[in-house]
Amino acid sequence: MQKATIQLETLSCPSCLQKIDNAVKGVDGVEKDSVKVMFNASKVKVNFDGEATTIENIENVIEKLGYPVIKSKVKAA
Amino acid sequence: MQRIILDAKNLITLVSATLIILGFYGRFGMDNMFVFDLSLIIATVIGIAPIAIQAYQAIKVKVISIDVLVTIAVIGALLIQNYEESAIVTFLFLFGSYLEQRTLKRTRSAIKELTEMAPESALKQNAAGEFEEVDVDDVDEGDVLLVKTGAKIPVDGTVLTGEGHINEASITGESVPVSKMNGSEVFAGTILENGTIQIEADRVGEDTTFGQIIELVEEAQDSKSEAERFIDRFSKYYTPAVLVLGFIVWLFTSNVELAITVLVLGCPGALVIGVPVSNVAGIGNGARNGVLLKGSEVINDFSNVDTILFDKTGTLTIGNPEVAEKEFYGEDMDEVLGYLASVERESDHPLAKAVLQDIGPTNFSVVDETEVVKGGGIIAKVEGRRVAVGNVALMEKENVELNERVRKDLERFEKNGNSLVLTAVDGVLQVLMGIRDQIRPGVKEDLQNLKKLGVKNLVVLSGDNQGTVDAVAGELGLTEAYGHMLPEDKSAHLEKLQSEGQIVAFVGDGVNDSPSLALADIGIAMGTGTDVAIETSDVILVNSDFSRLTHALGLTKSTARNMKQNIIIAVGVVLVLLTALLFSDWMNMTIGMLVHELSILAVIFNAMRLMIYRRRGKNANAAETF
Repeated sequence: MQKATIQLETLSCPSCLQKIDNAVKGVDGVEKDSVKVMFNASKVKVNFDGEATTIENIENVIEKLGYPVIKSKVKAA
Repeated sequence: MQRIILDAKNLITLVSATLIILGFYGRFGMDNMFVFDLSLIIATVIGIAPIAIQAYQAIKVKVISIDVLVTIAVIGALLIQNYEESAIVTFLFLFGSYLEQRTLKRTRSAIKELTEMAPESALKQNAAGEFEEVDVDDVDEGDVLLVKTGAKIPVDGTVLTGEGHINEASITGESVPVSKMNGSEVFAGTILENGTIQIEADRVGEDTTFGQIIELVEEAQDSKSEAERFIDRFSKYYTPAVLVLGFIVWLFTSNVELAITVLVLGCPGALVIGVPVSNVAGIGNGARNGVLLKGSEVINDFSNVDTILFDKTGTLTIGNPEVAEKEFYGEDMDEVLGYLASVERESDHPLAKAVLQDIGPTNFSVVDETEVVKGGGIIAKVEGRRVAVGNVALMEKENVELNERVRKDLERFEKNGNSLVLTAVDGVLQVLMGIRDQIRPGVKEDLQNLKKLGVKNLVVLSGDNQGTVDAVAGELGLTEAYGHMLPEDKSAHLEKLQSEGQIVAFVGDGVNDSPSLALADIGIAMGTGTDVAIETSDVILVNSDFSRLTHALGLTKSTARNMKQNIIIAVGVVLVLLTALLFSDWMNMTIGMLVHELSILAVIFNAMRLMIYRRRGKNANAAETF
């Protein structure tokens, strides 16, 4: 299991949260309960299975929604 | 393409505004309806593009967002050829979100400033023994780093070589630079003001003290209270419900105008943003003022606190005993004080330190035959004279005469909460010293302000004897005082109050009081951000500054009130709009969108007031007017 913290560009609409939340949860290999989108910090925290998906894949899904990723950190959890 | 359109949102807003103005000039200035319609259609189409893209993205992940409502409403307006409304609603929505973004940035600025203090790079020693610049994420425990004058300490570590002065304000709140040399501990985020040092990394990244503070504040600003989670669940169903409602209205009345107006009026803007924005502004204010609040649940609980329990030593008092009162009975005081200092110099008892500090520089003599009397004091031979230093029991044992005047002094000293140190030379009493821990300056006023802010009971719990605790309680105007308390007694007392239905806060120093801190509804640690305190407490008063406690309470009260105001604004606006739609004929999509955006700005501006919240002077009423 990998633990990622993804820093996004500033989020300004609370309804973005739900979108990002749903989209990230939709990625195979992501632990659904671990997804946490932080509005004020503009961060996404998520645990995922490194064999089923990659951090690039998750970043990609978020970027496709129109929320640019600034950087992300992955640690073994 | 999609990215380009979203990036150009601000430009699109500007163009759309220009086109709308042009259109109205065409209609009223040139009396040309074609220019009017064309300008407004173009304004609508380019304006709706970014909104529609986001709506499409939302639907793809099965979310009915505000963008979806607005997109459908605008397309509906286009279909019924109401270009005026379609263009203006689109523009207002775009302009509103631009303002939202700008103002939100302000409310988040305090916390941003804090996180930006985090070090980004470090000079790391490589295999060849040279130092090269690396990203702070690439530093591991055990690495050797070089820090030059003016640079930030990148990690928590230990000084290996060199020396300098470090400003630790980011950790302790204390801006007087601290001297560091070989073996000293240094903290990430602090600044080396002069000198050059090499350090070994002990803790890196999120494990550093500074990393933990940032983590705490970041988590806090996004933590949700029960009420907020309810609003979240509510809005998850609310927005789709509005869509369904609009559809039903259209089905039954065949009135497209009315149906799309319902969609716009139903947008849940201020409701979703109102509480988080108060939260971030309140926590940001705290972070800037030495009060770390662990989230919005803490804000709610603390604003309703009934009873505050205080640890005594180190919380109400400085934690450093000093000679508070003294009486001399002999003739040659310099000689006696010299003897006393010489005897006390041999001891490591805390009272001895206080005595030595009080006497200051003096003539020390050689001490022989020191005898420590357990539970009494010290008897020693100095320059051939017998010097006894200790309590009343020791004096009685030594057959020292304590006359009427001395007895009265003893009684008075004890009543004032002093520990007593008597000195006799050759069986004659010379000096009486009353030693007590000094109460922190300003604590009395702070406690009174807490009462004015509505705290019912202020209680001190202490391991000291009841007399000392009573004296402190009397001097400070506390409501209750309990002495002889072990840490487990304190937590038992706390549980008893909680079982009576009280909301209880505990203020302690964070190390030996951690059970009570964890158990209390609000655990408040006076500390410099030690690991234990960060984990077990809910509120941290940086730099052990007691006066921050009143700021903390006032701030949480204002923040809790602010959240309620924002909920009222948000709900009130929706109610007014819906009533107006049902019972008046002036309500339309444009007014609806305008009011909607204004209500969002209203809650953000309301929250911004929290950023400047400050307790003015010692006057608690200043906070009440907020």
